[in-house]
Amino acid sequence: MSVSEVKKVPLSERIWYKELRFMAKRVRESPLSLAGLAIIFFYVVIAILAPYLAPPRPGRDPFEIPRYGYTITPSPPSPEHPFGLTQGQYDLFYGCIWGTVTAFRVGLLGVSGSILIGVTVGAIAGYFGGKIDEVLMRIVDIVYAIPGLILAMAFVLALGQSLDNVIIALMLVGWATYARLTRAGVLQVKQEDYVEAARAIGSPHRRILLRHILPNSIFPVFVVATLDIGSMVLTASALSFLGIGAPLGYADWGQLIALSRNWLIGTPQNPFEYWYTYTYPGLFIFTFVLGWNLLGDAFRDILDPTLRRR
Amino acid sequence: MGSLATYIARRLLLMIPTLLGVSILIFAISMVFTPEQRAALYVTSPKAASKIYQIIKKYGLDRPAHEQYFTWLSNVLRGNLGYSKSMNIPVIRAFTDLWPTSVEIAIYAAPLIVLVGVKLGKISAIYRDRLPDHIARVLAIVGWSLPTFWSAIILLAIFYGWLGWFPPGRLGPDAEAIVRSSQWVTYTGLYTIDSLLNGNLFVFVDALRHLFLPVLNLVIVGNAGIMRVMRSSMLEELNKEYVLAARSKGVEEKVIINKHVTRNALIPVVTMAGVLVAGLMTGLVITETVFELKGLGYWAAHAAEQLDIPAVLAFALFTGVVFVIANLIVDILYAYIDPRVRLQ
Repeated sequence: MSVSEVKKVPLSERIWYKELRFMAKRVRESPLSLAGLAIIFFYVVIAILAPYLAPPRPGRDPFEIPRYGYTITPSPPSPEHPFGLTQGQYDLFYGCIWGTVTAFRVGLLGVSGSILIGVTVGAIAGYFGGKIDEVLMRIVDIVYAIPGLILAMAFVLALGQSLDNVIIALMLVGWATYARLTRAGVLQVKQEDYVEAARAIGSPHRRILLRHILPNSIFPVFVVATLDIGSMVLTASALSFLGIGAPLGYADWGQLIALSRNWLIGTPQNPFEYWYTYTYPGLFIFTFVLGWNLLGDAFRDILDPTLRRR
Repeated sequence: MGSLATYIARRLLLMIPTLLGVSILIFAISMVFTPEQRAALYVTSPKAASKIYQIIKKYGLDRPAHEQYFTWLSNVLRGNLGYSKSMNIPVIRAFTDLWPTSVEIAIYAAPLIVLVGVKLGKISAIYRDRLPDHIARVLAIVGWSLPTFWSAIILLAIFYGWLGWFPPGRLGPDAEAIVRSSQWVTYTGLYTIDSLLNGNLFVFVDALRHLFLPVLNLVIVGNAGIMRVMRSSMLEELNKEYVLAARSKGVEEKVIINKHVTRNALIPVVTMAGVLVAGLMTGLVITETVFELKGLGYWAAHAAEQLDIPAVLAFALFTGVVFVIANLIVDILYAYIDPRVRLQ
């Protein structure tokens, strides 16, 4: 039998198609995940329209928040600065809008880097097994042992403070989850007849892994990735809040909140005098992460084999 | 119980490679720094730190990495973790000085997180797809999505800035004066316990007042994980045949849920303890920073900001060790509750 005679699997029978249909069904059935989807869509629009909503100054880096003076005390919202100016007169509206772009960058890059490392490690461990598996999975255990934020703190310290290094640190911390997931999937699929067949006709390891095993076992990775984007943005904003993430004046939500730390307590006449300094950037982080988590909540059942397709 | 003993022994042995691995990871991170920067990892006083080149020679910081690793590890095992420039004391002193603050928050927060998570998960499962379930799930997702530092800031702005009820710090000035006086006997360093042992209710109430917001904050952001596991494990148990059997012989639903289902559903929650510990330590770094509680987390956060390398690395190593030990305890507990585990 020549290869050309192999019957193609019809689209509706393919695992990807079935999984995607199942996911879409879960989302449609759950009002919460629809709300999540709406929130994410809202932020995508903000990120795309950022150059129009908050036009960057010509010739300047758009991620540099404009300052309007050097006074320490924040200035309340005004028609020119709808969210007010934070400590050091950084424009909160500008920072929040461009912070959306930063958040997408951190979340998407952090997650895709983690997937790249994790899937590679997990696939090698699961496919080859034996000593290689043992060693690689021990490394995963070790990365797991140190809480993400704390390990990321150590990495950023070693790499130097910048947003790019925060993203690298997130990848170096986040891959472990994907390695475990991929390995589990590969171990399952490895036993299938079609893998055996591919091996029998002498396909190289690379081809077996990339063409036969991974496409059929990688689905949970993408499900977890959705759940992960929110938590990556949370960790990155925590690092910025602690003063070891984005540099001062960079459009980043966590950093804007760090600037509000000294203004929690208002004046005796008005205890919420500086409410805008912490409320706006906080709401941006919270709702952004909430959107991803609401969407992810529907996906969670997909990963749970006991709840599947009931 | 012989099999339990062998199980424990095996788990203890398995712990060693992980611990060694964690130490190698921390050491590998330290190797990114120059020998001059790394010198602070080996000294215990600022005076010694000024003689950088002598230190580099003495500890072989220009030698191959594996040699340095063993020098470093033997130093760490002897309790020499370097000098923390952000605190101006040796790292090991920082640990012995600061642990009570963090432990005091943790011993209140951990049981409350479990309690709230289990309760919410239970309600959510019993009323599956009805209003209480939706409310419990939304609460969990909201807590899960809240940035820990932001919820802490909002709590402070409302309950301290506006209402003035719960101030930051560990104690108010009056209580601080009592604690610092010569009559005060320090037993544990935890003010809520020491105050009772000293028979001083004023300090006790003051300490609780200062603990309230940080603990509340940790409970809000930390219970979602437990809630989720409790919910799905409860749903699984409710579908089992023994529930049907109990119902059909007319056992009251309340008895079925409280006596049978909840007990069985709690078993998987035990495995969450490791995650809980990791979440608590992360939460402490941020919560202590916002509430100005000078514990281990506060120290780690400030050390990172001031590029205090020995402090951050020692703290990361510490959290890794705590996590491994917590998981060991969980595994042993699990094997004790569920004998099937031991056979694997």
